Amino acid sequence: MTGAATGDRLYQLAVTGFALVIPGLLALIAIAIGVAAWPAFSTAGLSFITSSEWNVQAGKFGAAPAIYGTLVSSFIALALATPLAVGVAIFLSEIAPKWLRQPVAFLVDLLAAIPSVVYGLWGIFFLVPMLRDHVVPFLRDTLHLGGTPLFSGPAYGPSMLAAGVILAIMALPYISAVTREVLLAVPRSQRDAALALGATKWEMIRDAVVPYARSGIIGGVILGLGRALGETMAVTMVIGNRPEISASLLAPGYTMASLIANEFTEATSDLHLSALMAVGAVLFVVTLIVNGIARWLVWRVASGPRA
Amino acid sequence: MSALRRRKAGNIVMLSLTYVASVLATLPLLFILFHLLQKGASTVSPDFFTHMPRPVGEAGGGMSNAIVGTLILIGIAGAIGLPVGIGAGLYLAEKRTGALAMTVRFLSDVLNGLPSIVLGIFAWQFLVRPFGNFSALAGGIALGAMMIPLVTRTTEEMIRLVPNSLREAALALGYPRWRTSLSVILRTALPGIVTGALVAIARIAGETAPLLFTAFGNQFWSTALREPIAALPLQIFAYAISPYDEWHAQAWAGALVLIVIVLVISLAARHVTRARFGSSTD
Repeated sequence: MTGAATGDRLYQLAVTGFALVIPGLLALIAIAIGVAAWPAFSTAGLSFITSSEWNVQAGKFGAAPAIYGTLVSSFIALALATPLAVGVAIFLSEIAPKWLRQPVAFLVDLLAAIPSVVYGLWGIFFLVPMLRDHVVPFLRDTLHLGGTPLFSGPAYGPSMLAAGVILAIMALPYISAVTREVLLAVPRSQRDAALALGATKWEMIRDAVVPYARSGIIGGVILGLGRALGETMAVTMVIGNRPEISASLLAPGYTMASLIANEFTEATSDLHLSALMAVGAVLFVVTLIVNGIARWLVWRVASGPRA
Repeated sequence: MSALRRRKAGNIVMLSLTYVASVLATLPLLFILFHLLQKGASTVSPDFFTHMPRPVGEAGGGMSNAIVGTLILIGIAGAIGLPVGIGAGLYLAEKRTGALAMTVRFLSDVLNGLPSIVLGIFAWQFLVRPFGNFSALAGGIALGAMMIPLVTRTTEEMIRLVPNSLREAALALGYPRWRTSLSVILRTALPGIVTGALVAIARIAGETAPLLFTAFGNQFWSTALREPIAALPLQIFAYAISPYDEWHAQAWAGALVLIVIVLVISLAARHVTRARFGSSTD
């Protein structure tokens, strides 16, 4: 019996130890980033976040352009990906014939398996030229959007728009997977009730299915946002890497992650390195908050009473 | 009557739009795969796997060092991520609602949501900076840290699928708890856990950002754990942003090889699950 008791104790100790690695690891990550970022924060103070002057030679490090670029590119990504992802999820859970569901779901899921660097490679050689040669002329000449600040100025290719589009493709499978799951979890009776009242299929989806799943869909969108905010390689390869804020989506820009990835190897001064790590610290905090909100939203609706 | 017609027309328009959305959503994948085959297939030859990279201006050559480097990095990551993830998953599945279990579960999700580049900074600060050189070990550890929350989550889910009666039966037969957990519960859930492990490996195999600060890449042949090491994704990145056509061709070939590796692992993962749970999971 004592042998079993010792075994049990050892087993408990071991699995508890493994479980404690996770909080320990997070603490170490926070410490590492804090320590690495401290010199830059203490030199620049609050202007690190508010200043838009990022000048390595002058030793001035203001991360505002990168923060701006991260927000704008992620916003473009969500604006493009959300309707598509929700459309696919509705198609897969409500409309598609049975034989088509598996293959389409598989293809969309595969998007999540493609490595970021492959997206970047494809972006450099196909997406960027395609946007420059076909989409931008279309937006300007056919839709007459050239006069708006968003689509004005020269279009060299690498741009905020390209980053947003590639992020949209990368976020799409995450949003659609979560949405599909929550739509499938909507009870049959919800649909039957709407149809029995004479609703068309679309009215059923709009009035009975989607509202029921709304919180889960929002959770999925925010999960996609979390992915888009921290995405590094693909963005670095197509965004143009220029630390300036421009109203035009056709101008090159920077995101926090791409700034770190792009300048790390050429950073020679300690302050420059520390400034890059401080950008990482801002990114760390932003993603923590975004993921926290996503979890809270899903938890709140999942645990609260439903209408 | 016209109201009904309008509703019916709206129905058709909106339902058609979901068809359009589905086509648009699958197009990028088909484009990417098509371009990879078109641009990469002609460069991938047996030489690609057995030869070292050539200098600029010379066509041919391969990425043998990067392919081996990626395998070594996956090995280190697995050696860290699998035991920790499976152990933590066991803990979470058995404790369920304890305060520590809730906290660990939440923090595991937090860790999973962190950008991979942040894990690179972590490994750089602790494992590269103090030693003054980039190393395969630091890269593997960064990737291993990425694997932990993925493996933890699937292990917990798979173990929860094991019927409680199995645990009760083993305990009733006089098995100690630890042997029940390891040789009955864990074993029953093994195919699912293997799937989770393969999915996690597929995810880190193509990861690039954390390696920029840690493994760094290497133009030469190196398998030393304390030296910078080449990796397929790093090599693709370096070649893709270079100005040389020969290197672009190599980047496409590398990307094709990488995607085949990732897809094969992903398909294997699906196959393992199906073999165990039958068609009911799909």
